[in-house]
Amino acid sequence: MTLETALEPTAGQTVGPFFAYGTEYDRMHEVVFPHSPGSIVLSGTVYDGAGAPIPDAIVEIWGADADGTVSRARGAFRRDDHTFTGFGRSFTTDDGRYEFWTREPGPTGSGAPFFAAIVYARGLPDKLHTRIYLPGAEGDPFLASLSAQERATLVAIREADGSLRHDIRLQGDRETVFLAY
Amino acid sequence: MHDTAAAPESLLAAPDQLTQGEITAEIQAAHAEYARREAEGEILPRTMHDFAPYRSSILRHPTKNPKLVDPEKIELLSPAFGQRDVAAIESDLTLQHVGEPLGERITVRGRLLDSRGRPLANQLIEVWQANSAGRYIHQRDQHPAPLDPNFTGAGRAITNEAGEYLFTTIKPGPYPWKNHVNAWRPAHIHFSVFGRAFTQRIVTQMYFPGDPLFALDPIYNSIRRASDRERMIAAYDHDATVPEFSMGYRWDIVVDGPDATWSEQEEDQ
Repeated sequence: MTLETALEPTAGQTVGPFFAYGTEYDRMHEVVFPHSPGSIVLSGTVYDGAGAPIPDAIVEIWGADADGTVSRARGAFRRDDHTFTGFGRSFTTDDGRYEFWTREPGPTGSGAPFFAAIVYARGLPDKLHTRIYLPGAEGDPFLASLSAQERATLVAIREADGSLRHDIRLQGDRETVFLAY
Repeated sequence: MHDTAAAPESLLAAPDQLTQGEITAEIQAAHAEYARREAEGEILPRTMHDFAPYRSSILRHPTKNPKLVDPEKIELLSPAFGQRDVAAIESDLTLQHVGEPLGERITVRGRLLDSRGRPLANQLIEVWQANSAGRYIHQRDQHPAPLDPNFTGAGRAITNEAGEYLFTTIKPGPYPWKNHVNAWRPAHIHFSVFGRAFTQRIVTQMYFPGDPLFALDPIYNSIRRASDRERMIAAYDHDATVPEFSMGYRWDIVVDGPDATWSEQEEDQ
């Protein structure tokens, strides 16, 4: 592949402490209408390297629909409560918790299905890409390339009520696996 | 393990409160160290997650290298936006209240491009900033500068067919923070930008030419190379200056990373 023009990319920066009024929008964490058929809660806590919850982080998810279709529909920014756009944004609470109403993605290729996720926070100098795989994910070549401990940081846990829980650790022994492309 | 988080505002002050001279020395030492590692062949990102002069990053940056992965289809596409997702008035931050905001009116325009120079049309750009006195409207901003009842400081735009955006706003003031003693951020506007692919998503900050605070600021300097830092600075653009109204600045944003159109071309070959 040849690059016709190679422009130097703009470098990323921290989202800072005051992102809320600039990036909040109505029902931004409702990828699907709450309690609609097939909807689930995906939630978790974002932790720092001392194990303290991070109360000023943003988590964004972008995922395929249940049948593996990647939505090309507009409306992630202006929810109509029925169009599936696949994108959601959640600010962590004062207890470090993020939450989405969404659907479980179907496979888009040969690998196991996952939510693509990005984390931003005050004190985090640039975005971090990660993936949130569904419980029981197997046969995925990328997951198989990881150690069991690394793999565990990328796979959500099924709670008794059917919801998905997935904590994100920016640093430490159980640091989440982050991705470069 | 902590059960609950500390109140966010209590986290804003670094515990050690070094002098500016000590922080500046740390910045210079970190830049020299990263330049040395790069000269030895190490591949380093443009923005350093491990950048201790930015004190609140110390417990919040990963210590392991990211895993290099082939992006899958979902990562090579991104949410779809269109012109009707944002009202035209949302890109004029001076029109959001009954009165005129105080400060120097500016026009900021530029293009959103991929690294091949192709314009990215119909992409959402979100901006937020302090007012002309350096005060954010955010409730946790404790800087005792005046709020401006006629300025919120948040705006949105969708890039046009040529990948262009334009915001009308007020030049933000420099802003004090508690990273160290007498710490001040250079004037900046936060930008959040989608791209053609989720891999290209970027949140960054735009600065203004000639700011005397550049060398002192840990966040600006978390970008390790001078050439990358300088591309964060908008250029004064007299063609963007509106007669009798606003000073003009130009700032292009180039997203990084692959997208689906790249993969299709690779498959064709």
